[in-house]
Amino acid sequence: MINKVVKNVDAALEGITDNMTLLVGGFGLCGIPENCIAGLVKKGVKGLTCISNNAGVDDFGLGLLLQTKQIKKMVSSYVGENAEFERQMLSGELEVELIPQGTLATRCLMAGLGIPFFPTPAGVGTEVAIGKEVKSITYNGETKDYLIEKAFEADFSIVKAWKGDTAGNLIFRSTARNFNEPMAMAGKITIAEVEELVEVGNLNPDHIHVPGIYVNRIFKGEQYEKRIEQITVRKRG
Amino acid sequence: MLDKNGIAKRIAKEVKDGMYVNLGIGIPTLVANYIPEGVNVVLQSENGILGMGPFPFEGEQDADLINAGKQTVTLLPGSSIFSSAVSFGMIRAQRVHLTILGAMEVSENGDIANWKIPGKMVKGMGGAMDLVASAKNIIVAMQHVNKAGESKLLSKCDLPLTGIKCVKKIVTELAVLDILPQGGFRLLERAPGVSVEQIKNATAGKLLIEGEIPEMQL
Repeated sequence: MINKVVKNVDAALEGITDNMTLLVGGFGLCGIPENCIAGLVKKGVKGLTCISNNAGVDDFGLGLLLQTKQIKKMVSSYVGENAEFERQMLSGELEVELIPQGTLATRCLMAGLGIPFFPTPAGVGTEVAIGKEVKSITYNGETKDYLIEKAFEADFSIVKAWKGDTAGNLIFRSTARNFNEPMAMAGKITIAEVEELVEVGNLNPDHIHVPGIYVNRIFKGEQYEKRIEQITVRKRG
Repeated sequence: MLDKNGIAKRIAKEVKDGMYVNLGIGIPTLVANYIPEGVNVVLQSENGILGMGPFPFEGEQDADLINAGKQTVTLLPGSSIFSSAVSFGMIRAQRVHLTILGAMEVSENGDIANWKIPGKMVKGMGGAMDLVASAKNIIVAMQHVNKAGESKLLSKCDLPLTGIKCVKKIVTELAVLDILPQGGFRLLERAPGVSVEQIKNATAGKLLIEGEIPEMQL
């Protein structure tokens, strides 16, 4: 087996330089690559374009890279939970491109499947359609308009999985799977941080979510805070 | 006139046995509380759940298990987890039967605006544009008029659109209406204690009133 293991986060992030485009996994704070984000802060690379469903909160997730002004542009579907984000966006320091969530996920998946563009009805007739090709397509007997959207072309993908093996095979846990799965498939170079790293042979091949062919570098994250954005509970009885 | 829970309760009657349903944030989330016993539905959360359950008991919350509103939730027996790409795939492929969401404005031809107010901080459309562009059946839960007393049921939306010609039915604090294929809000039911006159005054778009309008049964 090809060994994808790198010794630490610094080795994992090697080659990421100023002005690159990164796909960053997670939904809200769920399943974000905490160790890589901390590593990017330490590394100090600037002018980054980050494609990620959300932009973290002020003091966690991608919010940390916003604090240090390392992000030039965010491509997201929803960015509501971050005051520093809002400040930078309104002052013009930060460029923001908002795209529909399904389009964002599919643009990742298509990159992993080698399909350069695809039609989707999301955003037809809205400002999302401005400047995009619109095509009328008949499918299952129904004719409607579709926007032609492009697969992402990102330099690196940074994802977080629950378990991984030394060959780069990944298994996610619960809804922390979210964007991590399609993003793992999408980067020119994919970096995966995992909670548990095992030797090959210890994961059931039938249980693998992302095959190791998509993963270039894997390492065990030093620690996970796994912060919860909104704790909602019910009382017993 | 209905309160938020009343709107949710009325919408719950539209949820039929065997449906896969996506509930948006706000009033739509409350619908889950009023689905009658014996009506088996599966709730979809677009971050990757089918079979979403209630909030966890105190102390049992799991950082890896949240809904699309980023709240901690649980899974019911028979649930499944998938990626965001597959989640929106099943929405696009119309496997999800019913989408219930909120709106700032709806037009008489079924256009919906619910993501952006010019001049205010724009948070993003999240999954709303994907949901409204693909769902076969869309019910909107909303207030009939805004805080300034202006109608939110218009001939044409003023706010930036989320989707076009997609809304099928609207439940407000005043009424249940559907949108006719040729355009226009057709009044189906009045909320308890609300007159047709009140609904007329609160609706700026084309309103069709045919015969006696029954009061909602809740």
